[in-house]
Amino acid sequence: MFLRLVYESFRRQKRRKALAGVAITLGVGVATAMIAVATDVGDKISRELRSYGANLLVTPQEDTLELQIGGVDLKPPSDGAYLNEADLPKIRGTFWHHNIVGFAPMLPVNVDAQGSSLTLLGTYFSKKLTFGREDFVTGVRSTHPWWKVQGTWPDDDSQDVLLGESLAAKLGLKPGDQIRVNGRVHGVSGILSSGGAEDNQIVAPLALAQQILGKPGAVRRLYVSALTKPEDALARRDPKTMNQELFDRWYCSPYVQSIAYQLQEAIPHSHAEQIRQVAQNEGTVLSRIKGLMLLVTLAALLASALAVSAAMATAIFERRGEVGLMKALGAGDTSVAALFFVEAMLLALIGGALGFAGGALLARQIGQSIFDSKITIDPVLLPVILALAVMVTFAGSALAIRRAVKFDPVYALRGEG
Amino acid sequence: MSATLRARHAERKHTSMFLRMLMRAAILRRGRAASALLAMVVAAAVATAMLNLYVDVQGKLLKEFRNYGANVLVVAKDGSILPGDSLKNVESVLGGRGLAVPFAYVVARTSAGQSVVVSGTDFERVRKLDSWWSVSGWPRKTGDALVGARAAAVVSPQGKMLDLSFQGRTIHLAPARNLSTGAAEDSRVYISLADFEDWARVPPSTIEIAVSGSSEEVEATIAKLREALPAADVRPVRQIMEGEARVLGKTRAMLLASASLIILTAALCVLSTLMGWVFDRRRDFAIMKALGASERLISSFFAAEAGTLGAIGAVVGFVIGIGVAAWIGRVNFHAPVVPRLNVLPWILVGSIAVALISAALPMSLLRRVQPAVILRGE
Repeated sequence: MFLRLVYESFRRQKRRKALAGVAITLGVGVATAMIAVATDVGDKISRELRSYGANLLVTPQEDTLELQIGGVDLKPPSDGAYLNEADLPKIRGTFWHHNIVGFAPMLPVNVDAQGSSLTLLGTYFSKKLTFGREDFVTGVRSTHPWWKVQGTWPDDDSQDVLLGESLAAKLGLKPGDQIRVNGRVHGVSGILSSGGAEDNQIVAPLALAQQILGKPGAVRRLYVSALTKPEDALARRDPKTMNQELFDRWYCSPYVQSIAYQLQEAIPHSHAEQIRQVAQNEGTVLSRIKGLMLLVTLAALLASALAVSAAMATAIFERRGEVGLMKALGAGDTSVAALFFVEAMLLALIGGALGFAGGALLARQIGQSIFDSKITIDPVLLPVILALAVMVTFAGSALAIRRAVKFDPVYALRGEG
Repeated sequence: MSATLRARHAERKHTSMFLRMLMRAAILRRGRAASALLAMVVAAAVATAMLNLYVDVQGKLLKEFRNYGANVLVVAKDGSILPGDSLKNVESVLGGRGLAVPFAYVVARTSAGQSVVVSGTDFERVRKLDSWWSVSGWPRKTGDALVGARAAAVVSPQGKMLDLSFQGRTIHLAPARNLSTGAAEDSRVYISLADFEDWARVPPSTIEIAVSGSSEEVEATIAKLREALPAADVRPVRQIMEGEARVLGKTRAMLLASASLIILTAALCVLSTLMGWVFDRRRDFAIMKALGASERLISSFFAAEAGTLGAIGAVVGFVIGIGVAAWIGRVNFHAPVVPRLNVLPWILVGSIAVALISAALPMSLLRRVQPAVILRGE
């Protein structure tokens, strides 16, 4: 009998049920989408913050002092130590290699071009490397995303070069022209605009710079761009003073310090240091944006809970006549309340499941249109969301059900209320 | 009594009756009216808070982004030096909306014959501009130096006194403080600009500027700086400007998406509550109709009710929303969100529109029904 009541109630009052169901679906959908976005926003913004460029710098351990003013290297080229290019792919073997967005080696050499003394910077543009069985691509195009090239990027295996914007203007060269460097002719494939010292330099494939310097495999500096976790008290501690357990926790957290430590392990005779300008501010900006989204998500949850409650209260309030009839026929308060609660639960489950699916789709859309990458929601969250939907629906209906049950059937049946 | 006077009298009576009905409806059905008003207030508050945040977040984040340091660089053109009044010119262009820090550089020799880059600057300003510099203490008196972590190992291994010579002149420095940044600064020795100019007699060659404001304002400032300093090369630090624009754009887009979702949900909440409220009063509707009220009068009565509710809800909600936004600003950005009064008209119009729509939907249903059917309670 009870089941039939519930069934008939859904069959006959399609419009009202649909209204309440739509409210629940929308409410749960918005809540799901917001939870998905809020849990993923840290990762997404972290990736966006990588557009500030490398946050780690690896240099040879025994390096002499840099003599650089305004990006012009005053050090004699033979001076100083070098990293070995052959060690670089080992970065892919470190614990946090998934967090390493890219790396770019740099080798500045002094050259004589078109009659004046200039700096030629050797680097990877988007070089294909192999570590183990894994192929990957890395270079300045991922670590220095603000570098813009008019023309084309040179191939890493070619003899072509890029000219800095100011230098090109001074020499009067355009993409497709040729430049004489140390007596050899190279093609200019593009003009580079970086807003930094490179605007006055020649930027070439690393192999070309090594060939000019006469030191195959030499790398002066290595820029590494890594996704990191905001620094906390543990991150700042000196690993030498930690016990084993603490050290493991530190080592296995993607702090900029622990990634630097692992880079030093991977590359022999190297010294890795965080670039504080980038690394330190990243944490602050990230935590601000995450905090903001968390608070906004709370507002969204509140709004959707209210919407669901309001819809349920309205739906139940409209059915006083029915309650009066049931009570006049001898139904007790408990069975009337039970009927309403079962109905509410069914609505919450159906609306919740639909809302979850809709919300997941919405989150995906938001991710796609804002970050160009999908925001996926963990299916593990479905039971949590459903439980939440049922709870909010119950809470929203409780007051209305109480009032409906307490209502005198005589007034209800006469239609006064 | 003339005809016009009588007509006006009748109209006044008409108006006062209309107002009385409005008032009594609100007072007699306090519970339902209160719940409808509550829904209205919450919706308006949430909408206000979200819009306020959306408008204000750009300014808040821009302030965070200024911690990345200089976004504009003024350097001497090749083979020349910056004119002596450059810093003053830069500051008059900025007009307090930014921070300019001069840097002078030379390559000096230590007593052991090591070459090292020495820079003269204004420590008070550097401290504000480059907040990421990790120092063991800022130099205070003349003769104090800030020695980069890498330079320290070479020029004064045990923190000893340090003699630097440039063009035959020697300066005696107490390298009490260490500096670590992870970049080129680590290989340099920093001293105060006054010390530097006494010793090396070289004027600043670079001015690093953190211009505050949106990217358009920064662009405008760069254009003005170029005009004021024709002898220098003024260029934006693309790394900083582009990263900032990207992160800011994404955050604002995300906030906009969330705000629209939340406002939509809040509007839905109002819609369902108000619809129930109007539907619940179908007997009032039927009695008025049975007593001979025109459809226009009844419609305008319900519309006036809904409109009033919307307006009151909007104003109360606006005040609460401002409070919520200010709280979020304090908790998250450690600076309150400034109330934006220009959000109010939007909230007001939006609330009244949603209230009117919510009233109109059940009204159009009721209008089709005979009053007798409603009065019989069917």
